[in-house]
Amino acid sequence: MIYLIEKFKKEYLGRSIVTVLGIVIILVTLSITGFLFYKGLGTFVTYNHSVWEFLFSSEWKPADNFDGGGKVGAAIFIVGSLLISFLALLIATPFSIASAVFMTEISPKLGKKLLQPAIGIFVGIPSVVYGWVGLTVLVPAIAHVFNLPYGFSVLAGGIVLALMIFPTITSVSVDAIENVDNGYKEASYALGTTRWQYIYKVMLPSATSGILTGVILGLARAFGEALAVAMVIGKMLTFPDNILSATNNMTAEIASDMGNSAQGGEFNDALWSMALLLLIISFIFILIMRIIAKKGEEVK
Amino acid sequence: MDKIKFDTKSLDLFYGDFQALKSINIKICENEVTAFIGPSGCGKSTFLRCLNRMNDLIDSVKMKGEIIFDDKDINGDIDVINLRTRVGMVFQKPNPFPMSIYDNIAYGPKCQGLKDKRKLDTLVKESLTKAALWEEVKDRLNKSALGLSGGQQQRLCIARTIAMNPEVILMDEPTSALDPIATAKIEDLMSSLKKDYTIIIVTHSMQQAGRISDKTAFFLMGEIVEFDETPKIFTNPNDKRTEDYITGRFG
Repeated sequence: MIYLIEKFKKEYLGRSIVTVLGIVIILVTLSITGFLFYKGLGTFVTYNHSVWEFLFSSEWKPADNFDGGGKVGAAIFIVGSLLISFLALLIATPFSIASAVFMTEISPKLGKKLLQPAIGIFVGIPSVVYGWVGLTVLVPAIAHVFNLPYGFSVLAGGIVLALMIFPTITSVSVDAIENVDNGYKEASYALGTTRWQYIYKVMLPSATSGILTGVILGLARAFGEALAVAMVIGKMLTFPDNILSATNNMTAEIASDMGNSAQGGEFNDALWSMALLLLIISFIFILIMRIIAKKGEEVK
Repeated sequence: MDKIKFDTKSLDLFYGDFQALKSINIKICENEVTAFIGPSGCGKSTFLRCLNRMNDLIDSVKMKGEIIFDDKDINGDIDVINLRTRVGMVFQKPNPFPMSIYDNIAYGPKCQGLKDKRKLDTLVKESLTKAALWEEVKDRLNKSALGLSGGQQQRLCIARTIAMNPEVILMDEPTSALDPIATAKIEDLMSSLKKDYTIIIVTHSMQQAGRISDKTAFFLMGEIVEFDETPKIFTNPNDKRTEDYITGRFG
């Protein structure tokens, strides 16, 4: 009997706790997914809108009642989300890769002492602070520089988001570079190449799959960020003419109208559909990351 | 008297506080195969890596003494890049780059500024031929080098080094990760390469040193105990410690 209790303590107790906690997390994920599908499909099932209308029409006049009959074209928000996220990526990625190279190859000592803590601080700043600083500094600055009546724009959103995803891409890239076989470095140096030739021709190509993973992780984060973007995007219900125009995106629209619409009404359901779309997009990102990671393994 | 390629004078090397090489004096001759033998941790690889300044990659290394290569002390004010193009190196673990076979060979020359496609093609073929690999890979030059067997990868690494047309090739236990057949091929290769290059090889296998080298240096705890013609070292060593090591009493 005592033996059994001992055995239970030594072996099964820890294992059961870990297993139960793991199962709880899986269940939570599954139920959130299920719930989002249940709510998000209302637009198409209860209110009979087509998926085509939701994805490709830009007419957004959902009725805030239970009769339906409004328009749920979310194309402006989808385009807004895509534009801002990719712009953020375009701005952040060069800085991220450069910082990662600096920290790993060019000056590890300085990198670990200065850049790494700085990046940690970047992660710790709440998104509302990014948004507020963007609103106070960036938006007027853009208006001033480009001589516009106001600076709310895709560009402002892109820059704020770039700051927010920079640490993600950087830290994943650092890991990717540190994982590059040290033998490549020795081989390259022994052939009389310069450090830069090694970085450019061997190290970065070898780390590409890892760096891409970081880029997609950053993209996923950019897609999901609501608050900071909502504060600088302008929330205009039009397609942007260029990156200096105001527009809107999915997360900002959900955040601003989720409390202003009747539960279960057409408006509310249309917002849930956007939430579902965000979830599906993040699933796609995860899938792409897995595929890239797998390809990277095969190369090694 | 053969021409001297490397003349090392009272070289000391420290990893932090630990002295890894103690007053090394050795003259290495041109167009010979010189083998370094000795138990693990005796400093033979460390010394080999001094000859093309690979120890620069390790922060804590400090050196005293001279290594004269071509009338100049390579620890002094020299162009390290230039030194490494003249003194190539093959490592213990085959480490081809994750690119095609062709690009592996062309990488070094390209980094030196060679752009002419036809010259590169010739160079790739010549280098692979010299490394006895051409026949096996000529139909898949554009395939990844990582798909080759271990022995082929190591010959590719040798070909890559040859493509730089170096004067000296350093080999750090080049066959210790290979099977006996691949080892035999690399050993054959070394004897044919010594016409054109000075070869310095670190090896764990005394049979290998005996088979391929002209001269052998026996390292022990950071010192060179004995350095002489290989047959002399293996049949009639001067030092008792050398005899103990080669007869397998320790090591």
